Amino acid sequence: MPFEWMVAVRFLREGRFQTVLILAGVAVGVAVLVFLSALITGLQATLVKQTLGSQPHVIVRRPDEVPVTLAPADVAVAARVQRPPQRLIALENWPGVRGTLEAMEGVEAVAPVASGSGFALNGGANRGVVLRGIDLESSNRIIDVCPRVVLGGCRLGGGEVLIGTELARQLGVTVGDTLRVGTATTQGQRFAIVGVFDLGSNEVNARWVLLPLKSAQTLLGLPGGVTALETRVTDVFQAERIARDAALATGQKAESWMELNRQLLVALRSQSSSSYMIQLFVLVAVALGIASVLVVSVVQKSREIGILKAMGTPTGRITRIFLIQGVLVGAVGAVFGGALGTGLAMFFATLALNPDGSPRFPVAVTPTLLLSAGTVALATGLLAAVAPARRAARLDPATVIRNG
Amino acid sequence: MAEPVLELEGVTKSYGETVITPVLHGIHLRVDTGEFAALIGPSGSGKSTLLNLIGLLDRPTGGRIVLAGEDTSQLDDTRRSVARGRTLGFVFQFHHLLPAFTAVENVMMPLMAQRGRQEPWMRERALGLLEEVGMASRAHHLTNALSGGQQQRVAIARALAPRPRLVLADEPTGNLDTRTADEVFALLRRFNVEHGTTFLIVTHDARLAGRCDRIISVVDGRIASDLPHVPSPPAPTPG
Repeated sequence: MPFEWMVAVRFLREGRFQTVLILAGVAVGVAVLVFLSALITGLQATLVKQTLGSQPHVIVRRPDEVPVTLAPADVAVAARVQRPPQRLIALENWPGVRGTLEAMEGVEAVAPVASGSGFALNGGANRGVVLRGIDLESSNRIIDVCPRVVLGGCRLGGGEVLIGTELARQLGVTVGDTLRVGTATTQGQRFAIVGVFDLGSNEVNARWVLLPLKSAQTLLGLPGGVTALETRVTDVFQAERIARDAALATGQKAESWMELNRQLLVALRSQSSSSYMIQLFVLVAVALGIASVLVVSVVQKSREIGILKAMGTPTGRITRIFLIQGVLVGAVGAVFGGALGTGLAMFFATLALNPDGSPRFPVAVTPTLLLSAGTVALATGLLAAVAPARRAARLDPATVIRNG
Repeated sequence: MAEPVLELEGVTKSYGETVITPVLHGIHLRVDTGEFAALIGPSGSGKSTLLNLIGLLDRPTGGRIVLAGEDTSQLDDTRRSVARGRTLGFVFQFHHLLPAFTAVENVMMPLMAQRGRQEPWMRERALGLLEEVGMASRAHHLTNALSGGQQQRVAIARALAPRPRLVLADEPTGNLDTRTADEVFALLRRFNVEHGTTFLIVTHDARLAGRCDRIISVVDGRIASDLPHVPSPPAPTPG
């Protein structure tokens, strides 16, 4: 073992109580780091998953209609242009656009949807709804409804609809009943309710009516057309970039869930940054703890340091003895802290459970997290040891030895 | 003529920046290989300062200190530690062993400190030296478990481990009782005779100084006398 390591280990072992205390301090710090990161990561993953439960990652629509000026470009025209109302118009050549999207890297699935506003009527009750005409099989690859059908079956044959739990409650209907569904310009048709779904959002449960693509096309006056292509991507946080690429590639308007949920993203980011702040302060506290214990140790060991110097130990070696102590404290503390943090996270996961017994906050303790927490602890130990080590290196052996 | 191991030429030392307190005034001194010399003087005479300068623990204000043929006044801190480790051995009044280590590890310490690692021959040498100072049976004890005299024996073994050209001993028997002091002093003498090790011993004990070959007396920062001592027949021990 190199000389510096040997002396560092002995010094730490000699200062038994101090060493135990500072190891405990580092361990608690690292445990907080691991636990907090795991919790925030798990929580955010859950939130994102919940949000994306009823949203495609990227929606491709026809661009908004804009007025076109007929005057030549070099003629200045003073005109007040009224914004046109956005009519429901089908996406141009949607099978072609779909092909383009499917060929893009990072895109997992694309499904057509013909959607517009309408109403659902049962007896005296009527509610404004979103008509979503889908092809159930391809749509399920974007938003998987079937596992979340709580009543009835999951199929969409001709004349059949799936509605949300909240709408079913408001209209007082259930599986097997019929429902009149129409739009402002059509009389509407009767559909049989074959299933009731719960997508986890009250708004969606109250508004969505899923019906076969063909029926929706008829009701919305879009024969053969669709209003949007919904896309699922491999990495949800790449959605924004993919949407930009998709807009360029297809000439259509493409929006990602990230654009449509700005507030959620802002909330997630501020949650992350507040968690980073907490972690930073924990690290600073840990660093101060290590530094203060090492400073005390330098004072206590000034005689020994003086002797080591007197017998010809180069200053660099003295410095390294204390740097190594910092690293050792960081490393050993990180091991204990990692274990403690993991244990804490697992214990916490057993506290908050869903009715079905699955944890409400999945805590994500990953090897990467443990590794990075360890690295951070090591670096903190090393940095914290710099000042004490320099102090030790500056000790004047003559003074120390003269004063016994 | 013997080879000089230490030469001081006009060494001066002052302390303080605004109020300058001169401690040493132009010391000239030469110690040859194999000498067994005592450095005596009342407290405040500057003998400890002189020892620190010779031990390269402090820098002189003026003059030159040549150790084993090397002028040390121009060396930076790192090279001074190297020179210190290679040329000098220290025995202090308060043994100054490292309590976290065993006796044999303490003796190996200067060797390890200079080489930066432990090597098998170091242990051999340390055990050999502990044998010579009569501490072989205690080699693997932590030094706190040893008596004052035993600790000082370990300290002597440690000072000798790197085969120094010159051993500086600062009141090596200062806090030992008379009998133990005699034993420790005899040990130093034995290394001088058997191995030709050069010793410079700071002491205020006239009895011990009288058993050295040469007595250098420092008074008020100057060498007051420097006499070869002719050993007198041992006086009857009092009591």
